Amino acid sequence: MSLLEGVPRRGLALLAALLVLLLVFPMFASGYLLAVGFLILYFAYVGQAWNVMMGFAGQLSLGHSLYVGLGAYAAAALYVHFGLSPWIGLGAAIALCALAGAAIGFLAFRFGVAGVYFAILTIAFAEFARIGFDHFAWVRGSSGLFLPVANYTENDLWNLRGSPTMFYYLMLAMTAGAFVLCHALLRSRMGYYWQAIRESPEAAEALGVNVFRCKMVAVVISAAMTSLAGVVFAFYYNNLFPEQIFHVSRSIELILGPIIGGIGTLFGPIVGAFLLTGLAEGLRELMLQLGIDVPGVKQVFYGLCLLLVVVFLPDGVWPPIARRLGLRRGP
Amino acid sequence: MPVEIYLNVAASGLLTGLVYGLMALGLSVIFGVVRVVNFAHGEMMTLAMYLTLVLFGALKLDPLVLLVPIAAALFVFGYLLQIGLINPFINRPEHSQFMLLVAVALILVNVQLIVFGPDAQGIRTTYSFDSYQLGPLIVDASKVYAAGAALVVAAALFAFFRFTLLGKAIRACADNYHGALVVGLNVKRLYALTFGIGAACVGAAGAMLMAVTDVTPTIGPAYTLLAFVIVITGGLGSMPGALLGGLLIGLTEALGGVLFTPSAKSMFAFGLLVLVLLFRPQGILGRKAA
Amino acid sequence: MLEVERLSKSFRGLHAVQEASFAVAEGSIVGLIGPNGAGKTTIFNMVAGVFPPDSGSVVFQGKPIHGFRPDQVCAAGIGRTFQMVKPFAGLTVLDNVVVGALLREKNVSAAKSYAAGILGRLGLGAKRDLLASSLTLPDRKRLEVARALATRPRLLLLDEVMAGLRPTECDQIVAVFRELNRDEGLAILLIEHVMRAVMALAQGIVVLHHGEVIARGAPEAVVRDPAVLESYLGEDVAL
Repeated sequence: MSLLEGVPRRGLALLAALLVLLLVFPMFASGYLLAVGFLILYFAYVGQAWNVMMGFAGQLSLGHSLYVGLGAYAAAALYVHFGLSPWIGLGAAIALCALAGAAIGFLAFRFGVAGVYFAILTIAFAEFARIGFDHFAWVRGSSGLFLPVANYTENDLWNLRGSPTMFYYLMLAMTAGAFVLCHALLRSRMGYYWQAIRESPEAAEALGVNVFRCKMVAVVISAAMTSLAGVVFAFYYNNLFPEQIFHVSRSIELILGPIIGGIGTLFGPIVGAFLLTGLAEGLRELMLQLGIDVPGVKQVFYGLCLLLVVVFLPDGVWPPIARRLGLRRGP
Repeated sequence: MPVEIYLNVAASGLLTGLVYGLMALGLSVIFGVVRVVNFAHGEMMTLAMYLTLVLFGALKLDPLVLLVPIAAALFVFGYLLQIGLINPFINRPEHSQFMLLVAVALILVNVQLIVFGPDAQGIRTTYSFDSYQLGPLIVDASKVYAAGAALVVAAALFAFFRFTLLGKAIRACADNYHGALVVGLNVKRLYALTFGIGAACVGAAGAMLMAVTDVTPTIGPAYTLLAFVIVITGGLGSMPGALLGGLLIGLTEALGGVLFTPSAKSMFAFGLLVLVLLFRPQGILGRKAA
Repeated sequence: MLEVERLSKSFRGLHAVQEASFAVAEGSIVGLIGPNGAGKTTIFNMVAGVFPPDSGSVVFQGKPIHGFRPDQVCAAGIGRTFQMVKPFAGLTVLDNVVVGALLREKNVSAAKSYAAGILGRLGLGAKRDLLASSLTLPDRKRLEVARALATRPRLLLLDEVMAGLRPTECDQIVAVFRELNRDEGLAILLIEHVMRAVMALAQGIVVLHHGEVIARGAPEAVVRDPAVLESYLGEDVAL
C-alpha cells in the first residue's frame, strides 16, 4: 500500500513547501535564530515520540525525561570513556531505553496500573533515575558529564562534532523521519489496534486484540525514539547533569508541544513545537528589548498556553486549523 | 552508630511526617470527594509558605498563629480555583483535568520564582533553636509544635466531616454524585467548599512547615510528588490513611537519609510508591474500588 | 459446538451462576432468557473470557476455552457484542470494522475490502466514512454486530441487541441474522428480553433463573413451561 494513499493533495503541497523552507532556513538565519530553529525541531521530534505512546495508544507518560536522559548518558559515556562514535552509542541508547520502557510497561500493564496512576508511576521512575545518576560515579554523578569540545575546522558527522548548522540538519532529518514513521505506524495493523485500545480497550479485546502486547509495543517504540533525542542532546550541549536532564520539568516541557498542537494527530506535535518555542523566544526577545531579564517568565507563558488550550481547544490547535485548510473532515 | 541517633532521627521523621500527613490529608479530601488529581498541591503549599514568610516579616507573628489567616487565604484560593477552572470542566476526560492543574502548577512555581527568586529563605522564631529532652530523645521544639498543630487541625477536620451537617453533605457527594444531586444538594458549591478545605489544610501545613524548614520555589513539585506518594501509600480517600502515610514516609525518609546518603532519601519514598502501586493500589487503609 | 458444563460463579458470596449446563449445536441459534439478574450476562462473560468461572468448563469445538483471555476466545472463533454498545467513537464506521477484520486478514487493504463487504450486508455501506460517534443507536448496534462479524466467528454471542430498537428495526436485524445463519452456518447464542426476536430466531431456548437453568428445549414448549412462567410472573398465575 502506498505511503501516500489517502493524503490530500493540498496537504502534500503544504508539507513540501514547509520542508523547503526548513531546508533553506540556515542560509539566512543568525546564530541565535539557528539555535531556536534547532530547539523547535528538537521538541517537534521528541513530541512526536511521546505522541506515539499517548496520542496513539492512550498511555499518559509524565516521565519521558527518563528516556532522554538514559539515551544521552549511554551515548555520552561510551564516547567519553571509550571514544565510541555516537552512531554506535545510539545502539546502546536504544537498547537501554527499550528495556526501561518495557520494564515500566510490563510492571504497569501486568498489575493494572492505568490512567493517572500510570502517569505517577512514570514520574517515580524518572525521579529514581535523577537521584540514582546523581550518585553514579562512572558518569561523574552530580558534578556532570562533560564531552571534550575541541575547535573543529570541519563537521565531523561520525562523532557529531560540528557546527550548529550540522546539528540543525540532523534534527531536521530526524523530525522528518519521525513524521514518516508515525504516518506509517498509524496506517499499519498496529496503528489500528492502538487507536482501538485508546477508544475502548474492552471492545478491542473482544475483537481479538492482545491489548497488553500492543501497549508494550507502543511504550517500547516511544522510548526508543526518545532515546535518540537524548543522544543528540548530549552531543549538542556537551554537558549532562542528572538534576537537569531527568527533572520532571523536562518531562512536562516535552509534552506541551503535542498537547497544545493536538494529541493523536500526526502534525500536532510539530505545530505545537513551532508555536510554543517560537512564541516563547519571541516573548524573550521582546522582554530583552524592554530591558527585563527574569527567569521563569517563559515557563509562566508555557503554563498559560497550556491552560488556554486545555480550556478552549481541548483537541489542540492543529485540528481546527486543519479543518480550515480543508485537510480534515469531521467535528 | 548508637541506637539513640536512630531513635532521634526516627522521632524527628515522625514529627515532620505528621505535617506532611496534614498536607496529604488535603489532597486526600480533594481527590476523595471531587475526584480531581491536584497536581498543583505542592505548589499551593509553597505559596502558603511564602505567604507565611511575608506575613512574618511584616507582622512578626508566630507562624503557628499565622496558620489561621494563611489557611483562610488558601481556602479562598482553592474555592475560586474549583469554581473557575474545574467545575466547568467536570465532564472532561481525566487527563484533561490533570493537565489543567499541571498548567496551574507551572504558573504558580514560576510566578513564585519571579517574585521571590530562587534562593532558600527561612524564618527564625524565638524557639527555632530550642529542643526538648525525653529520656534518650532530643527533639526540636519547632517540630513538636508543628506536629502538635497538625494533629489539632486534623482532629478538627475529622470532627467536621463526622459531626457537622455540611461535612455529611460533602461525604454524600463523594459517595454518590447523582444521589446527592437528586436529594437537592448543590454539588458544585460543595465541591468548591471541599477544594477550599483541602487547600486550607495545605495552607496550615505550609505555615507549620515554615517554622521547621526553608522554602524555595523548586520544592513545590517535590512536595506534590510527596503528597501523592503519601496518599497512595496510605490509601486514597482515607483520612487516617493520609496521616498514617505521612508518618510512614516521614520515617522512611529520615531513616533512609541516615542509613544511606541524605540526598538519596526520596528514593525510598518512590520505591515505596512503586511497590504500593503494584501490589496494593488501594493503599494500606484504602478501600478497593468497586 | 459449544458445551457449557456446570458453570458456576460467585461474587463476594452472591451466587450469580450455579452449575449451569447447556449446549449450542453447530449452526444453530439458541436463546438465553430469564428475568433480570438471572445471570445471563455473567455466563456470556465467562464464555467470552472476561473473567474465569469458579468451577465448571466451557468447551468450544472440542477444545476447552474457560480461562482464556477475551482476545484468545475471539481468535478461537467466538465473536461477541456488548449490552452497552462500545463503538470506537473517534474512528470512522469503516475503520471500526477494519479493526475486527484485521484478525483474519493479511494486511490493512485486504481488511478494508472485507470490512466494506460486511458493512454492505448490514446496510451501513453508505455511512462508511462517518465517524462512529455520529451514528444513531440502531446503527451503532449494527456496527457492533458488523465489527464482531468481521472476525469471522463460528459462533456469535449477542447481548440484548434488540434493546431500544423499534419493531421494524428489530425485524430488519433479525432478518440479517437469519440470513447469516442460513447462508454461512453461523451459530448464534443470544440473550434477549424482546420475545418477538427470540421466537423469530431461536431454534432452542435455555431459561435461567437465580443463576440456575430451569428449562431448556424448543421455544413453543419452553414458553408454556410452568416453572418458566412462574419465574417471570410469580406464583399466582392462572394458566
